[in-house]
Amino acid sequence: MAGSENKYKSDGTLIGGALEWVDARFPATSLWKEHLSEYYAPKNFNFWYFFGSLALLVLVLQIVTGIFLVMHFKPDASLNASGVPVAFASVEYIMRDVEWGWLIRYLHSTGASAFFVVVYLHMFRGLLYGSYRKPRELIWIFGLLIFLCLMGEAFFGYLLPWGQMSYWGAQVIVNLFSAIPLIGPDLSEWLRGDYVVGDATLNRFFSFHVIAMPLVLLGLVAAHIIALHEVGSNNPDGVEIKKHKDANGIPLDGIPFHPYYTMKDIVGVVVFLIVFSAIVFFMPEFGGYFLEFNNFIPADPLKTPPHIAPVWYFTPFYSVLRAVTSDFIPFLWLFIAAIGMICVRPSKLPLLVKLGYLGFVGAMFVLLGVPAVLAGWVGIKLTSIVFVGLEAKFWGVVAMGASVVIIGALPWLDHSPVKSIRYKGPIYKIVLALFVVAFFILGYLGVLAPTPMRTLVSQICTLIYFGFFLLMPWYSQIDKCKPEPERVTG
Amino acid sequence: MKKRMTALLFAPIFALLTTAAQGAGAELHLDKAPNKRTDNAALQHGAKIFVNYCLNCHSASYMRYNRLQDIGLSDAQIRENLMFTAEKVGEPMRIAMTRADATAWFGAAPPDLTIVARSRASEFGSGPDWLYTYLRSFYRDEARPTGWNNTVFENVGMPHALWELQGIQVKGADGKLSVEVPGKMTPEQYDEAVADLVAYLQYMGEPVSEFRKKLGLMVIVFLGILLVFAYALKREYWKDVH
Repeated sequence: MAGSENKYKSDGTLIGGALEWVDARFPATSLWKEHLSEYYAPKNFNFWYFFGSLALLVLVLQIVTGIFLVMHFKPDASLNASGVPVAFASVEYIMRDVEWGWLIRYLHSTGASAFFVVVYLHMFRGLLYGSYRKPRELIWIFGLLIFLCLMGEAFFGYLLPWGQMSYWGAQVIVNLFSAIPLIGPDLSEWLRGDYVVGDATLNRFFSFHVIAMPLVLLGLVAAHIIALHEVGSNNPDGVEIKKHKDANGIPLDGIPFHPYYTMKDIVGVVVFLIVFSAIVFFMPEFGGYFLEFNNFIPADPLKTPPHIAPVWYFTPFYSVLRAVTSDFIPFLWLFIAAIGMICVRPSKLPLLVKLGYLGFVGAMFVLLGVPAVLAGWVGIKLTSIVFVGLEAKFWGVVAMGASVVIIGALPWLDHSPVKSIRYKGPIYKIVLALFVVAFFILGYLGVLAPTPMRTLVSQICTLIYFGFFLLMPWYSQIDKCKPEPERVTG
Repeated sequence: MKKRMTALLFAPIFALLTTAAQGAGAELHLDKAPNKRTDNAALQHGAKIFVNYCLNCHSASYMRYNRLQDIGLSDAQIRENLMFTAEKVGEPMRIAMTRADATAWFGAAPPDLTIVARSRASEFGSGPDWLYTYLRSFYRDEARPTGWNNTVFENVGMPHALWELQGIQVKGADGKLSVEVPGKMTPEQYDEAVADLVAYLQYMGEPVSEFRKKLGLMVIVFLGILLVFAYALKREYWKDVH
């Protein structure tokens, strides 16, 4: 890596001399080459490949605006002379009295939502073109960890303005931990640092939001990019460009990231900034989705809002949580067991294991299905006793956690002979479309107050959501794929 | 055929979604507030009503008096016409009543109104719409401790602070409100005055909003020009990629 060809030789100018001096002590030139000027990316990147660099842009934007916000924000839940929590008042102080504070704050609040928009699109790109497949499993895992971290970062940050939604949203989410058996109540109390969300919670969330999470996030982003540059980028055709190299060992379908993709990404950045500015300057609240209306009311521990909705980027997962009612648990279990049947059957596992699984599923059907149907018939609600004494809330939390974590299993669930949707068969196209629709519906229902009908819809969508992942080992093998080309198709 | 299959697959989902989208909550009909956000005369009139009728019980503690320069007032005008309790023109709009007293007297402290026009937005309408309808929907209700009720905010704690202006409304059997005892203003004049007050509350909720939009236009125009150059640069670099 640090070969002599990667050391800069001075051309006699002052800057040239300085670069030679640095290069003798630090691998500046070799890093530049490895990650930019001699990092060969496939030449056929399309629209979907803008969102990685855009995510990086938004990360920088959030850090820079965050630095300035911290200069004026006060993580203090006590009331000021006018009876307003100091933290809430300090946000309004930023909006009014700090020079350009309103802009910095809107950039940060819109940036939070923009971060999730670009990250969701970035992840969807992976689903389209099989970017998670071998040898990119670790990139995918790091990416999922980034996503988890981002969720934490957003959650901690959302408490800070100390409005009604900040407060009650945090109260609801921290309370979820109390559903964990045995340690739950103590755990959620430990997380809050108090019996209710209070000043202690605000201070520690501030610390997490400003120090802990960004540090972890930056480390993970570095790991994500290093892993990517080790194996090289995937592309819309899902074929490896490293298979065909010229005499110099350069991929025939590769072009140096710099200047080609740096120049292309600048175009993407400008388009993104136009959309982003339209929101920041013309609709910073974005109809109550980016800044919730209720959050313009200071936190009041004595006044629970009639409807507590998380911010839009959490709502698909929040819907999964709410979908798990006690009547739904047996069906969820049976669904998972049935899926296991479909996936175990064609696998190479020993016959005894398969039979054992068959017996297990059969027992599940008898133990869960029959009582569930009977209970529905007789008209009584199944109590949680059937499920080793654990309440629906606990299984809801498990399902919500699983709905995020399961994304990390994709590299091992996809058994398709091809990576890209361009060469996958009709099944994947339909299943992916269903998945996206279900995800949107879950997201939409997550902002609304639940009704029995909405709960039913979210339960169906939850099954579609999990079905997309859990059935993949099966449908990805029976799908009628087209042959992959040898080279990228431009 | 394939398309029809796909359509068949998705049809039940959309059917379910439309059923699910139907809300469970009660509808709230709001009148559209006239847009007077850029009308300085209306904003100044609204400010006058605000300091005279609202700023006794409600504070606007994030709003400094001298910010009213935004709506065309000088420091001297502000000091002479709008400041009753504050000493210096840079002070925020606080009130003399303490929260403890307010809670003892009214049961709950009247909320700070600086950003009420932002917090009152909902799926039924904008914050100004809510305020515009609310301030015109008080009616006499002897069952309430204050003697007043409101069709937008049922069992509201606040009495009708503007009753002198509007007069006394009563609620008919059909649920419609009508003025029984006329006030100092005709219904048209009162609507106008409330519209001015609401415009002021909207201004106070985000004083920077008009400047924000102006700046935004310039930013987007700049980015549009930059896009042309960025795209030209990209084309130039990519000429040799086939």
